[in-house]
Amino acid sequence: MTMARVTELNINGANLRLDADSSRTLLSVLRGDLDLTGTKYGCGEGQCAACTVLIDGTPTKSCLTKVGTVAGKRIVTIEGLAPAGKLHPVQEAFLEADAMQCGWCTPGMILGAVGLLQGTPHPTEADIVSGMNGHICRCGTYSRVVQAIQAAAKKAVRA
Amino acid sequence: MKRRDFFAVMGGGVVVMLADDDIYAQETGGRGRARAVPQELNAWLHIGETGLVTVYSGKVEVGQNARTSLTQAVAEELHTPVASISMVMADTDLTPYDNGTVGSQTTPQMWPVIRRAAAAARETLIDLASQKWMVERASIRIEGGKVAAGSHSAGFGELTNGQKLTRTIAATVALAPAAEWKVAGTSVAKVNGREIVTGAHKYTYDTKLPGMLYGKVLYPPSFGATLVSLESSAAEALPGVKVVRDGDFVGVTAPDPFTAEQAVAALKAEWKPVVAEASSKDVYSYFKKNSRDASDGAGLTAYTVAYIAHVPLEPRSALAQWKDDSLTVWTGSQRPFGVRGELAQHFNIAEEEIRVIVPDTGSGYGGKHNGEAAYEAARLSKAAGKPVKRNWTREEEMTWAYFRPGGLIEVGGKLNPDGTLAEWEFHNYNSGPSALQTPYDVARKKEQLHQTKTPLRQGSYRGLAGTANHFVRESYMDELAQAARIDPLEFRLRNASEPRLRAVLQAAADKFGWKNRKKTPGRGFGISVGKEKGSYVSNCAEVSVINGAVKVIRVVEAFECGAVVNPEHLKNQVEGAVAMGIGGALFEQIDFAGNQILTNRLSRYRVPRFADMPVIESVLLDRKDLASAGAGETPIMGLAPAIGNAIFDATGQRLRSLPMAPGKLTGGSTPIPPAE
Repeated sequence: MTMARVTELNINGANLRLDADSSRTLLSVLRGDLDLTGTKYGCGEGQCAACTVLIDGTPTKSCLTKVGTVAGKRIVTIEGLAPAGKLHPVQEAFLEADAMQCGWCTPGMILGAVGLLQGTPHPTEADIVSGMNGHICRCGTYSRVVQAIQAAAKKAVRA
Repeated sequence: MKRRDFFAVMGGGVVVMLADDDIYAQETGGRGRARAVPQELNAWLHIGETGLVTVYSGKVEVGQNARTSLTQAVAEELHTPVASISMVMADTDLTPYDNGTVGSQTTPQMWPVIRRAAAAARETLIDLASQKWMVERASIRIEGGKVAAGSHSAGFGELTNGQKLTRTIAATVALAPAAEWKVAGTSVAKVNGREIVTGAHKYTYDTKLPGMLYGKVLYPPSFGATLVSLESSAAEALPGVKVVRDGDFVGVTAPDPFTAEQAVAALKAEWKPVVAEASSKDVYSYFKKNSRDASDGAGLTAYTVAYIAHVPLEPRSALAQWKDDSLTVWTGSQRPFGVRGELAQHFNIAEEEIRVIVPDTGSGYGGKHNGEAAYEAARLSKAAGKPVKRNWTREEEMTWAYFRPGGLIEVGGKLNPDGTLAEWEFHNYNSGPSALQTPYDVARKKEQLHQTKTPLRQGSYRGLAGTANHFVRESYMDELAQAARIDPLEFRLRNASEPRLRAVLQAAADKFGWKNRKKTPGRGFGISVGKEKGSYVSNCAEVSVINGAVKVIRVVEAFECGAVVNPEHLKNQVEGAVAMGIGGALFEQIDFAGNQILTNRLSRYRVPRFADMPVIESVLLDRKDLASAGAGETPIMGLAPAIGNAIFDATGQRLRSLPMAPGKLTGGSTPIPPAE
C-alpha cells in the first residue's frame, strides 16, 4: 500500500510544493518541511493553542490537524499576517498593550484573535474570554491580551 | 574561542572593559553551587565605527524583559538612543561569565555593572573628543548618540579615526541618580517585540543547521529503573536511523522527527524498576519521617504544599554540533555557563572547547537551570558525527525536568493581650529557605528548615520556597487574627514596624478599599504581606465560593522594589505573577505514584487560563531613593495566602494545603472547565 502524499499546500497566499505523508500533522510539516517556525509546539494534544493557524479563516490547532485534510484550503500562519512588513492591526495592538512576555504563545494568540474578530467584530470581554480560553499564556499576560483584542476591534471600527 | 581571540576579531571603534569584582563578590556565594566569579572582566561593550553600541551580558532573556532593561541601562548612561544599542546575551564565547539568570539578580547585580560600563564608555568618548578637538572635558556634551562641544560635533564612531581603542576601566565612575533618569525608569517598549509578534524570532526549538539529524531518547518507564536488555534491530532497520546505547542512556538519531519517533517506538527494552518510596498521597509524612531533626509538632498546626511543574511553554530543547573536539550547543537554559560546566564534565573536555548559546527563550520560571537536552543532543551528535537537534515533548518536560519542591510546614504562635506576637515557631520540611523568616516583630521565635529526602527531582521555581513560606505564615497570621478577633489588616500593622512592609500593606489595602469592604453571602476578602529578595509585596483578594467552587474575582497587588526601571514591564511582571500564582494556589499539583508522574500532560495538569483571571490591579511604589531590586519572583509570593484568607472569610473553612481546590471545600468541588 502506498501512503497518500500531500504535494502542494496553499500557505500565506502562495502554493508551496512539498512531499509529505498525509497522516502527519500540519504543525510538523509547517515547522519541519517549510521552516515556518512561527507556529509553535506547546503540548501536542490541543490543550494550549500555541500551534494555532487559520484554515479558510478559522483558527485551527495545527498539532491536531492531519496535513492531508488541508490540501486545497487557505492556510495562514503568523508569517503571512504582515505581508510586505506592514503589521496587522492585531499585531500592532499586541505590541501596544505589551501583551507578551516570553512570546512563545504570541503567534497562536494573535491568529486566534484575528479569527475571533472575523467572526465577532465587536466582542465583549466575555466573548474574548470564551473565544480565547483554549490558549495558554504561562507568563500570565491574559488581561493584556484581552486589552489588545479590544483595542484591535476599536481600530477596525475606525479604519 | 578564547577571550583574547574574541577581542582581536572585534572591529574598529572603542572597546570598553569594566574591571570590577566588588559587586559580584558581595552578591554571590552564599547559596548552593554558586561559585565566586573569577577575577576577570565582568562587562564590556563595543562602540563601532558606525556608532552602533554592542553590549555583552551573560544574562538570559526568558520573557522577563532583561534585554530591554539592560538596553535602558546603556541608553541612560551613554546618552544614546535605544535603537542604536544591541545586546549580545548568554553566549559563553562572547559574554562575560555569569552565574545564571536566577534569583531576581539581573536588576540588582547586572544592571549596575552594565550602567558602569556604559558610563565608562561615555567618559572615554569625552576623553577622545577632548584630545581631538583640544577642548576642556567640561565643555563636552553627549546627547542622542552625538558628542558635541562648541562648533564641534561627531557621532560616536567618528572619534576613533578608524583606530581600535581598548580601555580597561575600574568601575568607580559615577552613575546618574534615579531622580534624574531619562530613559531608565520609563516604559521603553520590548526591544524585540516586533520579532515576537511576527513569529520571526528563532527560539532554540526553531533552530536548524544544514545536514542536522533529529534525536530522541528512550526514557525508563519509571524513575530509577535500570536497563536490563535492549533489542534495537527493528529500529536500526529504519532508514537513516542510528541507535546509541551507553549504560542506561538509550537514544536514536534519524533524518526527521517522525522517523526518530518511530525508531524509539521500535526499540524493545527491558527495565528493572525500583520500589517507590512515596507517592503524592503520603509524601508529607515521608518528609517528616526522613528528617533527622524533626520537631515533635506538639501544639503546632500543619500545612502542606504540593509539588508543581513550571510548564515553560517552550519545552527544553538543544541543537549540538561538534567540530573535532570542540562543541557548540544552542539551548534554552537560564545558566549557559552552568550548562557549559556540565557538558565539560560529561565529555571530559575543557570548558574552553565548549560554546553554549542561549537564544531568547520561551520562559523558564526557575525551571531551566540545567542542561538535560544539551547533554542529550551533544551525546547523540558525537555518536552520529552530525549536528543533532533534540526537542523535548510536553510529556518529557513534565516528567524528566524537575519540580517545585513539595513541603510540610508546621507553624505556631502566641499573642500578648494587646494582640502583638509573643512567640513564633515555624518548621519547614523540604520546601526551602526563601522567605523562611517572619518580617513581623517578635521577640521569641524559632524558624527552622529541616533537610529531608525528596521522592521527585526538585529545584528552583519562581520565588523558590517564598510562596510556600508566605502561604503558611500569612494564613496562620490570619488564624491568629481571627482567634483574637482583630481585623487582619490591623493585626498585621500592629505587628509590623518595618516602614517598607507597612507601606505596601497600606497601599494594597487603600487601593482595594479594605476598610469599606462589604461582605455578602458567598463572597470573602483576604489580605497578605511579605518581603523577599529586597522587594516588598502585599495582596488583597476577593473571592466567590458557590457550591464549593472558588472563583477569584479581584486581586490588588502593591509592590515595591526600589527605583522602578520600567513601569510597564514591571506591571506586566506583577500581573503575570498573579495569573501564574492562581494555578499553584487553587489547582496545580503533580500527582505521582510508583515512580511515575500521573499528571504528565496539559490535559491532566490544569494551568490558569483566561477564564480563571480576576480583575488584577497593581500599585507600584517607586522608591527613587533606593537601589532597584529584581521583580520576577516576589510578586507571586503573597497571592495564595490572600486567596486562602478570602476563602476562609467566605466560608469559615481554613484550607491548609496548596492547592486549595478542587474538592477541598465541603459542598462541592471546583469543576475543571474543558479546554476548547
